[in-house]
Amino acid sequence: MTAFLARIRAAVGVLALLAIVVSVTPSSAQQQKNPDGSVNPTASSVQEEQLFKEMNRITGRCTLPDQKACTLEQPAGRDWRYFHQVTLPWIAAIAIIAMLAILTLFYLFRGMVKIEQGRSGRTIVRFNALERFVHWMTAVCFIILALSGLNITFGKSLLLPLIGPEAFTDWSQWAKYAHNYLSFPFTIGVVLIFLMWIAGNLPSRGDIAWLKDGGGIVGDAHPPAQRFNAGQKMIYWIVVIGGTAVAVTGYLLMFPFWGTSIVGMQTAQVIHGIVGALFVAAMLGHIYIGTIGMEGAFEAMGSGTVDENWAKQHHSLWLEEEKAKGNIAGAPPPGRMQPAE
Amino acid sequence: MARMKFLCDADRCIECNACVTACKNEHEVPWGINRRRVVTINDGKPGERSVTMACMHCTDAPCAAVCPVNCFYTTADAVVLHSKDLCIGCGYCFYACPFGAPQYPRVGNFGSRGKMDKCTFCAGGPEADNTEAEFVKYGTNRLAEGKLPLCAEMCSTKSLLAGDGEIIAQIYRERVVKRGYGSGAWGWRTAYRETIAT
Repeated sequence: MTAFLARIRAAVGVLALLAIVVSVTPSSAQQQKNPDGSVNPTASSVQEEQLFKEMNRITGRCTLPDQKACTLEQPAGRDWRYFHQVTLPWIAAIAIIAMLAILTLFYLFRGMVKIEQGRSGRTIVRFNALERFVHWMTAVCFIILALSGLNITFGKSLLLPLIGPEAFTDWSQWAKYAHNYLSFPFTIGVVLIFLMWIAGNLPSRGDIAWLKDGGGIVGDAHPPAQRFNAGQKMIYWIVVIGGTAVAVTGYLLMFPFWGTSIVGMQTAQVIHGIVGALFVAAMLGHIYIGTIGMEGAFEAMGSGTVDENWAKQHHSLWLEEEKAKGNIAGAPPPGRMQPAE
Repeated sequence: MARMKFLCDADRCIECNACVTACKNEHEVPWGINRRRVVTINDGKPGERSVTMACMHCTDAPCAAVCPVNCFYTTADAVVLHSKDLCIGCGYCFYACPFGAPQYPRVGNFGSRGKMDKCTFCAGGPEADNTEAEFVKYGTNRLAEGKLPLCAEMCSTKSLLAGDGEIIAQIYRERVVKRGYGSGAWGWRTAYRETIAT
């Protein structure tokens, strides 16, 4: 009885195995028959559908020196097209319009953040000539890169109908050259910013307290801050990380097939587009606070000096340090003897 | 008007590359650019097939959709053409094209790829038909002369068919019925979102 059961089990196992083998066997080269029923060896052929199921592209052999031409079909471009035509414009438009709306509302309700005690008349150096040069080099490049970049996404729907195809092509051609060549000073600027200000932008204990107090811009509190407060540190890291991301992906696009495939370039463009759009939105906030958002802030990057009372209000700890170093005209630094004349 | 399409009957293609040569010669396509190419799938294996491929002149063409300067246009014959005067050589059509059709005369120096070049279905460009200016940029305009694309016209096995989609689909269907097999209209589902039922 047990032997009989064992034999049945074996038979069932063999049948199951056969079923699996048969179901897996239909290969890409299917045997087809002639109309009269005889097998036609030339009728067996590789099938497009089958190849698409196996992978998302069809590649073969070709005799051209450019072996990339051996890719017959790559419908992946369809996803990229959807991103470029639908997803990216939405992300960019929402990010930029939302930022502008927030800044407008904020300005209407809060207005310019004043120097509460008025100007003292005593100034202190905040950014030296090199720092200001690097900032403005990067900033000018960024503005041109942002406008020429936005032109690629929004130009044909916003600007093209206004100025016509010929003028739009001329402008876009120059914008493209500007975008490509100004990437170099921009990238150098990002690297210099990273090196120049890294010391003051590492996260510190005071940052959380500063953020809790609304940074002195949302509420009326003026939490103490070092040379760079938590908000400025955020801008710093947005510039460093975002700038690196757009630079790396941008250069991958600028040098086609240098270490990338077509999928690699599509991915690079996706990252470049999203990071670029968010970068623009973040910099709008930065420009706002640096100009109409706060009294006395622009001078820091303009003339390079700020009023002492501005420093006391926004960067009290930094002011103490500078005073201790004797970098300010006025009260002598404590604990240091004045040289006798 | 006709809806122009290409159809490669892969069961007939013998990979002679005459279509490639014909195209290059007819339009004096510069060195390094191939508007048409032949790709062999499963080379040396059972079921090997060769397919000749160029711009398929897609329905709702992806290249035209993503072009940031809208340099593409579709003719009354549904041929997808572009203006080299408007092209800024950004390379986006190349990212979007499923068939690798768009090509650029220069590759890689700071993104200045030059004006994009691709198969015109022997229909030239936006310039006046069969002018010197049109020939220099796009090659000959055979459609304006009442002729079909040269690649298909001189295909020795009549594997490559070019012409009105309805007619070439009918020819292909008859072939499949007569010989009893067919590996399908390569690229049609991707390009035209339809395939030929056989």
